[in-house]
Amino acid sequence: MNPTIAGDLTAFRAETHAWLDENCPQSQRAPVKNGFEDIFAGGRNPHFHNEDQKVWFERMRDKGWTAPTWPKAYGGGGLSPQENKVLEEEMAKLGCRKPLWSFGLMMLGPALLHYGSEEQKQKYIREIVNGEIWWSQGYSEPGSGSDLASLKTSAVDMGDHYVVNGQKVWTSYADKSDMIFCLVRTDQEAPKHSGISFLLIDMRWEGVSTRPIKLISGKSPFCETFFDNVKVPKENIVGEVNQGWSIAKNLLTHERTSIGSLFSNIFPIHEFAKEKVGLESGKLADPVLRTEVARLMIDSLGLKYAIEQTIDEAKAGQQPGAKSSYFKYTGSELNKTRNELMVALAGYEGLHWGEDIKEGKIARDMCRTKGNSIEGGTSEIQLNVIAKRVLGLPTFKG
Amino acid sequence: MALILSEEEKMLKSSAKEFLAERAPVEALRRLRDSQDNYGYDRSLWREMAEMGWTALTIDEAYGGLGFGYVGLGQIMEECGRTLAASPMVSTALLGTTVISLGGSEAQKQSLLPEIMEGNMITALAFEEKNSHRPFDVSTTAEKSGEGYRISGKKVFVLDGHVADKLIVSAIADGELSLFIVDAKASGISIERKFMMDSRNAATVSLEGVEVKADDRVGGKDVLEKSLDIARICLSAEMVGSMQEAFDRTIAYLKERQQFGVPIGSFQALQHRAAHMFSEIELCKAMTLKCLQAIDKEDKHLAAKASMLKAKVGEVLKLVSNEGVQMFGGIGVTDDEEIGFFMKRARVAQQTFGDYNYHLDRFASINGF
Ligand SMILES: Cc1cc2nc3c(=O)[nH]c(=O)nc-3n(C[C@H](O)[C@H](O)[C@H](O)COP(=O)(O)OP(=O)(O)OC[C@H]3O[C@@H](n4cnc5c(N)ncnc54)[C@H](O)[C@@H]3O)c2cc1C
Ligand SMILES: Cc1cc2nc3c(=O)[nH]c(=O)nc-3n(C[C@H](O)[C@H](O)[C@H](O)COP(=O)(O)OP(=O)(O)OC[C@H]3O[C@@H](n4cnc5c(N)ncnc54)[C@H](O)[C@@H]3O)c2cc1C
Repeated sequence: MNPTIAGDLTAFRAETHAWLDENCPQSQRAPVKNGFEDIFAGGRNPHFHNEDQKVWFERMRDKGWTAPTWPKAYGGGGLSPQENKVLEEEMAKLGCRKPLWSFGLMMLGPALLHYGSEEQKQKYIREIVNGEIWWSQGYSEPGSGSDLASLKTSAVDMGDHYVVNGQKVWTSYADKSDMIFCLVRTDQEAPKHSGISFLLIDMRWEGVSTRPIKLISGKSPFCETFFDNVKVPKENIVGEVNQGWSIAKNLLTHERTSIGSLFSNIFPIHEFAKEKVGLESGKLADPVLRTEVARLMIDSLGLKYAIEQTIDEAKAGQQPGAKSSYFKYTGSELNKTRNELMVALAGYEGLHWGEDIKEGKIARDMCRTKGNSIEGGTSEIQLNVIAKRVLGLPTFKG
Repeated sequence: MALILSEEEKMLKSSAKEFLAERAPVEALRRLRDSQDNYGYDRSLWREMAEMGWTALTIDEAYGGLGFGYVGLGQIMEECGRTLAASPMVSTALLGTTVISLGGSEAQKQSLLPEIMEGNMITALAFEEKNSHRPFDVSTTAEKSGEGYRISGKKVFVLDGHVADKLIVSAIADGELSLFIVDAKASGISIERKFMMDSRNAATVSLEGVEVKADDRVGGKDVLEKSLDIARICLSAEMVGSMQEAFDRTIAYLKERQQFGVPIGSFQALQHRAAHMFSEIELCKAMTLKCLQAIDKEDKHLAAKASMLKAKVGEVLKLVSNEGVQMFGGIGVTDDEEIGFFMKRARVAQQTFGDYNYHLDRFASINGF
């Protein structure tokens, strides 16, 4: 199908480099600084932070390069994994940032490509690629977090549609998002894992409401989302009715891998340390912090290489299996350590809690990272998964 | 370079695994220990290892070697770590060949490398003088004497020192650190064997006016430092083999041992510690392969990588070997059970070529803080 799969990528690399260099505005060639304060997330009411961001997004979208490896038939770039690697490398060389960040790209899209009907793919995949719909994720409920399959939000079959009632929690950006993908209970009688379905709900529909949750970091995109007799057409179910759990698991794997790899970035913490603590005879003035910085850098490199290895193994046809769980575990614990260390290195400066993002950033970021080992499945749950699925340890029957 | 093994490297590894499981299981180390064997390793086994090409892996084809590279040697080392095989791999196949390949003259390479490859010659690097790893803190002197030098000083923790045919000795000559190849039987040398915690060989070597020729020199500080970095990485590969084996044995025990009417592996207190170890071991494996490849690629940042790896692997092996003993319960602290052998080897390997304190410090210094 694709002539370059086994063949020579040199021409593709040169073309890609030239195109990126010509089309990526200078301002878009810098790392994202303040998360959602700085990125483009798409949606029905798109908000660009500046004109360059818009230009860059539109050019990449037109090439299908917001989702480079997804099929062209649905608006993706249709690149082979090898070509995608070249694209990523060339983007990295020029420092080009991703033109679009969204739950749609990271999570829903891969699940739809796998489980969605042809109509769903035609509609939703295209919208995700084009950044037209902002998706949020509706899994957790107040009573169902780690034990997600105990969820209670119900979808009752009314013949041509479902009626949904219940509450979701931790729905990021639900107040800004256009649609939400939800796990709902469609069979009250079945064992808990077998009565769940995967449902797509429009936030504009009658009976959907949201309320923000404030986090210890002060700012928060999180919400509670309520469903009060919401009518949802049957075509909005993804996959088979009552088979939603397998989709949920598949999607969590993507979530854990992407959370894990988010934390493998190599932040030059030693430079930060030198700036804040200073050197004495060429060594960081505080010997204990010096050791902690070195240790953190070494662990970060370890995670980076482990992820690199998994990617290379996958290219060689070896399935990553449950590795997503240990990336998630190691990555989020490491990120917490890193941010604690930054507070310690920054001294009094690290304690500021200013209104403007820059001033309170170190303290707020540290608070935010406490959620890293909770969101997407807690560290304890990841360890359970590794113990059972990777190491094959027996289940406790007390 | 993809971070995976080639088919050839995989084959080398699996043949080593099979061979060692049969010829050098932990039981063999126990026998060497209990009989207080004069050599401390099985000499016919060493010859077989040489016949299989393990001593030739990193030696250039120009000198009759295989030129296979350090990723290959690393695979062998890892398998040696799994069975705790006692042999002169570290002293000779790793350090001897590396120092001579990096610092040797044409004549030295021509004469010494084939001898090592054949399994006829054991080398030992005599470079430590202090009570812990301080490779550049050298008091041994090489005074000019006629055409050559006279070496005097005392070296400690010389791996395989008492069985070596050739010693590679560090000494200050003409004001700078230099390495010399010295015949172990030369007059003025006295060697005292020390039994180590891990039942392997190390010795204290005293040199008193030992005569060497000027062309017995085999490089200086740079050669020593690079050789040590290579050795740190390959020894880490051995340590990764040990941690994987200790871990596998522990997991098997957790599944088999019953207490309170259930396998102890069903207790979450143990499951979480096991899962944490798994995660740490996975990092060590990826880092090790990255570093082995870095040697073969002549990576400019080898020193930082070697210190990164030796620090991390030392820490994780300590964790895994200690947890192994603990999770075996009372049986774990008996000499009959083999898990304790891994804990003892871990302590020696961790201090060899620098422990994690040394390498955290070095890593920080290399990175300018
Ligand atoms: C910042 C943040 C963002 C989030 N984003 C989303 C989102 O976008 N969409 C969404 O649906 N959800 C989201 N969540 C929810 C998240 O998935 C849940 O919070 C998480 O699964 C934990 O559930 P819980 O909070 O109910 O804690 P609980 O399940 O009540 O756990 C409490 C404590 O008990 C421990 N525990 C529970 N079960 C076990 C066990 N079997 N063994 C050992 N320990 C156990 C946990 O590890 C934890 O320490 C987010 C959460 C946070 C904090
Ligand atoms: C040096 C020494 C001296 C001793 N002296 C005496 C003595 O004088 N008299 C005497 O009667 N006995 C003595 N003992 C025996 C000692 O009491 C037992 O070894 C100890 O109780 C552990 O039992 P075990 O060895 O069978 O380990 P196991 O019970 O098999 O335990 C194996 C591992 O599983 C863990 N484990 C077991 N159950 C659980 C659980 N429910 N939750 C979490 N983890 C669990 C253990 O902590 C251990 O890490 C001695 C042992 C030693 C090592």
